[in-house]
Amino acid sequence: MQVAKHWRMKAQRYYMGQDGVAPATTTQQNAEDFQFNGRGEIYSYSTVYDAPAGYEGQAPYTVALVKLQEGPLVTAQLTDIDEDELRIGLPVEMTTRKLLTEGEEGMIVYGYKFRPSF
Amino acid sequence: MTVAIVGLGQTSVGEHWDVSLRHLAWQAIERALDDAATTDIDALYVGNMLASKSSHQDHLGALIADYSGLRGVEAVAVDAGEASGAVAMRQAVLAVMSGQIRTALVVGVEKATDQTGSESLSSQSTGLDADYETVHGLTPAAMAGLMMRRYMHENEVGVAEFANFSVNAHANGGKNPLAMFRNRFRAEKFTKAPLVADPVSLFDASPVGDGAAAVVITSQERAMDMVPQPVRVSGSAVATDAFALADRQNPLWLKAVELSSERALRQAGLAIEDVNLFELHDSYTIMSTLALEAMGLADPGRGWKLAAEENILDGRLPMSTFGGLKARGNPLGATGIYQIVEVAHQLRGSAGANQVADVKVGLAQNIGGTGGTAVTHVLQID
Repeated sequence: MQVAKHWRMKAQRYYMGQDGVAPATTTQQNAEDFQFNGRGEIYSYSTVYDAPAGYEGQAPYTVALVKLQEGPLVTAQLTDIDEDELRIGLPVEMTTRKLLTEGEEGMIVYGYKFRPSF
Repeated sequence: MTVAIVGLGQTSVGEHWDVSLRHLAWQAIERALDDAATTDIDALYVGNMLASKSSHQDHLGALIADYSGLRGVEAVAVDAGEASGAVAMRQAVLAVMSGQIRTALVVGVEKATDQTGSESLSSQSTGLDADYETVHGLTPAAMAGLMMRRYMHENEVGVAEFANFSVNAHANGGKNPLAMFRNRFRAEKFTKAPLVADPVSLFDASPVGDGAAAVVITSQERAMDMVPQPVRVSGSAVATDAFALADRQNPLWLKAVELSSERALRQAGLAIEDVNLFELHDSYTIMSTLALEAMGLADPGRGWKLAAEENILDGRLPMSTFGGLKARGNPLGATGIYQIVEVAHQLRGSAGANQVADVKVGLAQNIGGTGGTAVTHVLQID
């Protein structure tokens, strides 16, 4: 991921696929800015033992589908969580974390992860 | 116009360190052309997923046409992730049906093992959503893990319930001389297998390997003059779904599988009950489970029962009859053509030790990503 790509995603059209509008009917004009509150619960999770390039140092790590309070599902890693805490339905909240480092001289890519909320 | 298969060719699946991408493709092509007893080809369709990563090679249409002695023909490569092979087949079927192309050659080829470990896993993950899935460290196995965990939660089943998909695949793969894994599996070992992406273990996941498979197709009318047993392509359909798993209305429902099998069966004028044999996309046991449900072969939440409680080795609907992706091996962009070659062999009665009795209608189904693309072909013999 390059710097430009990271910033592009902020403007990239995102539709609330679960219960949202059909994307074909969304235009630049009728799209709205929408801010999620960042809270939800674990819908499913998986602990990854065989990691792809750039993520080897993090393995094993746990990824999840998080069901946001507003309805949509989001795919992200879980962080600050113990293995025995993992369960479907656990309340979680979004937090900003480093996703990966692209080598010694590469980009450090930040993004969202989810952690248990209390 | 009806389209028929007149030539079949395939290599073994495994680590072909001794041959290059183009040479591997040619090995399957040579066998298919020999089988059809023709070199009169008008167009070449290539299915491939990894070449741009693992072989630093694109532009496969012209490359493979040239190397296979077919300079001059129309040629193109097709990408639909792991469904590239079957989508290439669909393009060839459309071309022949249009009347513009008389005889088409389709080859699925994958040279996956030139990369290993984490580099290989990165390449294999490019069929997922780069912005919303792979950037978070997800792999195909991790996606399968998310689906399997949710499925187990909603339906109160354990990992052991999925074991018979793999037991069946390996029992059949053991009889296939071209299979990547020919060892038998015992269900008892299933729950102790090393985890790839919890709860997905090595015994749920298909092994990725190198391989090439090819078919020659032409009009049914011409096929009758070419070979004694043309295999009719009576249904051919591609469908798509929300690309990212998180964007699906129900992440446990493979809508593209439902749509493509409906469309293909409708073209053939058949119902799912008419099908005698099913080569399904058993990349992971959960994918087999969900495909059976989306096609109406099992009720939602009950797909696993077909493996766990019915005898799928020699039951009502034989599956993975040459070992499936699990034991024959999963050569990614070539997989869809292997499935078609295998169903065609079953219909012709040339399946050797893997022959299933009385097969008149066979289904081949290839899935890309987590179900963003699904392709179903209905093959028949008269």
